[in-house]
Amino acid sequence: MNSPISIDRPASPPLVAAIERLGAAILEGVNALGRFVLFLLSAMVEIVLPPYKVRLVLRQIRTIGAESFFLVALIAMFTGMVLGLQGEFTLRKFGSEGALGTVVSLVLVRELGPVLTALMVTARAGSAMAAEIGAMQVTEQIDALTVMAINPVQYLVSPRLIAAVISFPLLTSMFDVIGILGGYAVGVGLMGAPAASYFNGIAQNLSGDDVSGGLYKALVFGLIVAWVSCYKGYNAERMATGVSRATTEAVVLSSVLILMFDYFLTSLLLK
Amino acid sequence: MTAANSNSIAIKVSDLRRRFGTQQVLDGVDLECPRGQITTIVGPSGCGKTVFLKHLTLLMRADSGRIVINGVDVTRLSSRALDSVREQFGVLFQGGALFDSLTVFENVAFPLVEKTRMSREEIARAVNDKLAAVGLEGMGHKYPSEISGGMQKRAALARALIRNPNILYLDEPTTGLDPTRTGAIHELIRRTHEKFGLTVVMVSHDVPQVFEISDRVAFMHRGRMWLNGTVAQVMEAHDPIFERFLAGRGSGDDDLPAGGRSEARV
Ligand SMILES: Nc1ncnc2c1ncn2[C@@H]1O[C@H](COP(=O)(O)OP(=O)(O)OP(=O)(O)O)[C@@H](O)[C@H]1O
Ligand SMILES: [Mg+2]
Repeated sequence: MNSPISIDRPASPPLVAAIERLGAAILEGVNALGRFVLFLLSAMVEIVLPPYKVRLVLRQIRTIGAESFFLVALIAMFTGMVLGLQGEFTLRKFGSEGALGTVVSLVLVRELGPVLTALMVTARAGSAMAAEIGAMQVTEQIDALTVMAINPVQYLVSPRLIAAVISFPLLTSMFDVIGILGGYAVGVGLMGAPAASYFNGIAQNLSGDDVSGGLYKALVFGLIVAWVSCYKGYNAERMATGVSRATTEAVVLSSVLILMFDYFLTSLLLK
Repeated sequence: MTAANSNSIAIKVSDLRRRFGTQQVLDGVDLECPRGQITTIVGPSGCGKTVFLKHLTLLMRADSGRIVINGVDVTRLSSRALDSVREQFGVLFQGGALFDSLTVFENVAFPLVEKTRMSREEIARAVNDKLAAVGLEGMGHKYPSEISGGMQKRAALARALIRNPNILYLDEPTTGLDPTRTGAIHELIRRTHEKFGLTVVMVSHDVPQVFEISDRVAFMHRGRMWLNGTVAQVMEAHDPIFERFLAGRGSGDDDLPAGGRSEARV
């Protein structure tokens, strides 16, 4: 009856077919990357456009920031403690126990603070973001927002981006402080490293650039985690496994990107 | 009946087409929904009723064809401009689509809180009014997960009505309700419609009960409005496919007389 017009193309030789497939795959990849980037751009545009929803941002800071605090504190404590243990054990061989404070603080502030915080918050809040937005997509709650003339990206994504960019550096700072105290407790308290040189070393060798570099990383990681998690949730497929798949992908992709960007940012910051 | 001058037609759809992959779900839909009337779309499960409604609610974009709502060709609008058209809508989704992080009260209040400058008391009064109208008084503090599917439907209906829209889209408002509730919801739709002069476009499986409150019926089949007219016209057309559908024997294509499409139009 009304069959759509179909154009029969002549069959291509194998090599051409392979190139066509490759081309299609590349196009699809570029397309997906484009959608991913556009998603972030539109969320950023919506941040500056009214109406401004401070209440939503504060609520997200509570879920991303405050509710992750104890987890981050716990991880920071043990990370600091193990650094104290390993550091003191190693430094003692070289007779430089006095450097423990310097080593612990540099490792924490430059690397482990931002990275471990970001990974822990991904596991806790990133997964929750993807699951929550994914469930809203699958059950048409996002469509419901749209028909109420409420922009779902502005309502759901932008506040999470802002909240993550604020929360990550704060959590990272707390991680650093608690970790340094943990290193002190074990290195000095348990292993007997000299107490005075621990904090003196930090005061002398930890520069403002180290601190700001670490916080700069945390900020970028916050952006990555919120971006990836919201994007995956927003594009969850409308089927039974849609939400769980979105959540898994959000956690995996966020973690990979955190470690990749950590390398790039470090190489920039060390210049 | 009156000639279809543009003022009496709230929604005019012409030759709407939409394809998903290889599946041509909408294959040239034509429909006119007169202002202030209830138009009911019926058809077998999976025939594309929800997809069609999502085009009317501007959630999906057609491959081709036109939708004119209150004189505005919405197929040509930018996504920002669409919002002002959407402000005239109330929409009930097939699954309710209540926000599950909010209570029933907050759900119904949500459009007022987000889109108007009404005071807390005014909002509370309006919400309690609507909750009472759908028979949910005293349930406002519950979360959607704590009430039955039928109650969720009614809460969603209250939310769709809260801003007194001039066009109401309902995707299966009574599916999953017991017969008494179905009657009550039909009554509510009719009363609301009469009180506010609403244009209602409704998808329903409650044939033939739903015809009692409908002005017009469109029967969807093969991606178009196979039959389309007033209730009396559609019933009197004695279309074999429609009658099989009514009798609950589906509308399979197997023994369809060639070119057997009948038209019942104004
Ligand atoms: N987003 C989509 N992507 C691909 N196919 C879709 C999509 N939405 C709907 N379809 C297909 O379109 C067809 C019509 O679906 P639709 O939900 O409109 O049916 P329906 O008439 O509302 O059925 P029911 O009465 O069961 O609600 C189905 O075959 C469905 O698989
Ligand atoms: Mg449907």
